[in-house]
Amino acid sequence: MAAGDIMLDLRDIHKSFFIGTPNEFEVLHGVNFSVREGEFVSIVGQSGSGKSTLMNIIGALDRPTSGEYTLDGVDIEKAKDHELSILRNKKIGFVFQTYNLIARTNAIKNVELPMMYAGIGRAERNERAKMLLEQVGMTNRMMHNPDELSGGQKQRVAIARAMANDPAIILADEPTGALDSATGRLIMDIFHKLHEEQGKTIVLITHSNELSLETERIITLRDGDIRGESKGQWETIKEDLAC
Amino acid sequence: MLIMENVLLALAGLKSNIMRSLLTMLGIIIGIASVIAIMTVGNSITVMVNTQMQEMGANNLTVGVSAKSTSEETTSSGLHFGAGNRRSMDTEDYITDDMIDSFLEEYSDNIKYTLLSSTVGSGTAIDGDLYAYVNVVGYNEDYMEYNDPEILAGRTFIEKDYENAQKVCIVSNYFVNNMFEGDTSAALGSAVEISINGKYYTYYIVGVYEYDDSTWSSDSTEDTTTDLYIPYDTARTQLHTINDGYESFTLITTIDTDSEEFADTVETYFNTMYYSNNDDYEVSVTSMASMIESMTTMIGTIELALAIIAGISLVVGGIGVMNIMLVSITERTKEIGTRKALGATNGSIRLQFITESVVICIMGGLIGIILGVVLGSVAATYMGYSASVSISAIIIAVAFSMAIGIFFGYYPANKAAKLNPIEALRYE
Repeated sequence: MAAGDIMLDLRDIHKSFFIGTPNEFEVLHGVNFSVREGEFVSIVGQSGSGKSTLMNIIGALDRPTSGEYTLDGVDIEKAKDHELSILRNKKIGFVFQTYNLIARTNAIKNVELPMMYAGIGRAERNERAKMLLEQVGMTNRMMHNPDELSGGQKQRVAIARAMANDPAIILADEPTGALDSATGRLIMDIFHKLHEEQGKTIVLITHSNELSLETERIITLRDGDIRGESKGQWETIKEDLAC
Repeated sequence: MLIMENVLLALAGLKSNIMRSLLTMLGIIIGIASVIAIMTVGNSITVMVNTQMQEMGANNLTVGVSAKSTSEETTSSGLHFGAGNRRSMDTEDYITDDMIDSFLEEYSDNIKYTLLSSTVGSGTAIDGDLYAYVNVVGYNEDYMEYNDPEILAGRTFIEKDYENAQKVCIVSNYFVNNMFEGDTSAALGSAVEISINGKYYTYYIVGVYEYDDSTWSSDSTEDTTTDLYIPYDTARTQLHTINDGYESFTLITTIDTDSEEFADTVETYFNTMYYSNNDDYEVSVTSMASMIESMTTMIGTIELALAIIAGISLVVGGIGVMNIMLVSITERTKEIGTRKALGATNGSIRLQFITESVVICIMGGLIGIILGVVLGSVAATYMGYSASVSISAIIIAVAFSMAIGIFFGYYPANKAAKLNPIEALRYE
């Protein structure tokens, strides 16, 4: 796939809950957008905008009620449960607000986990996990369990884990939401580095307009509809940061 | 490979909460330990009984007259019904000397000894203040030779003693200690008067044998009843049974003879030759081997019954494991959600938790085996048997604890596998 091809394509995505009951309600009312390979896109919305529901669909954790969703050429809405597991494993790298590292499992084992589920051999796994942790500057804390790491360190391990199977997209849900601004800056810098140096496709989901400005394109979600797209200020910020 | 990862993960989980892991395993530990302990004790008794009976002689055949069994009258348990029609056993039904003589002539190659004994009774020898308890038994020549008491002084019986039914006896060293204050030379040639059930019998001491007190672990005291041997015919004469024949006697076969097979031969011989016209009684032969077998079966049955009762605690233990697995899964809902987001399939989540439950159960099982072997060995030793661990019990215990792990782990693991990833991720 050449750079610039469509990586993520959502067509008329509807999502309803409690279908067939008197409580039935629709959260997403026909969402359309696509993300190109190598893009850094943010989806901005306040709570109740359908942001989480949209993220679950993008992350292949849930299927839309109707509409078409293609991820890296695969039709998600038609996939079976175990096929969704494989898709999540190989094509999506999750970064959560609450880090979600596996407790009592050290950093390197956490990073190895997606590779273990992908069936990659122990030696290869270990080597790649070390390399990924080095990229996020966690080499000297590889053997520490999550409860021995600070929030920023945990999130760095989580980013390394998201990169484990070289996914098609990195899906980051409020990655700096639980961090102070300095640490949040550090985490954002890592995303920029992955985007700039490795050409990773990144989808950032946030409620913060400030954070979304750091991306290339901003998709604004309100009440289950896309209310506009605007260009981010990444190009100018990039120069500032470079100084 | 995934299994190995899961085992390591489960072990790390157990280590991180040792107290809880131990409490969870406790049910399994107690269950397995009691089963193993019972099996160890049972096994020790079986081994002991077998060796003892084998020492007594695997070549030992008991030939006896018994009631003829007919299908209508006998149940599988050997209980006789309608016994009112049966004539009670009479001396006419006994095996006679003639029968034995012709039988021995026929099968002399197979028989080493023919043991005949007749017990006169238990009684007391009294001489002033001195007394000793004795059991007066009459042995034939073969029996004395087979029994082979160690003669400390004097002699054993000679042919004349047997043939003429001489009133001679061989007493134990205990008897000499009690009656002659240990003076063996005074004892030899002396007459002793034994009172048995108000009757008095007098014998002349011709020999002193060493009483073997190693057979019984209980301490030998001065009051121990020892055997006083007299010639077989002497006993029969005194009991007025000299012409009565035998209700039973014992054969010792030669080493080369298959005693089980020979038992059938003996039975057939007597029954076709002498008992075909007897409507009520026949000869039956029991070999020591078959006695060992039925004894072992009996111990095995008791052991199994006890083990099953102990096994119930294993089920309780399994339920404990299931309970803690359900708690653990609820606690780790978010972890399960994360794993699913990272690409774990339902199958791999299920495998993870089943492995965890199996690891708990096998760990518990191993601890239980060690505890059970120790307990069983101590108990067996305390009861006076040399401990003998049942290997098959250990293998069964490991397999069984694994099965419990799978059985009681499946439901929680399946529950974890079916969690909705979105809800699991949102769980706090």
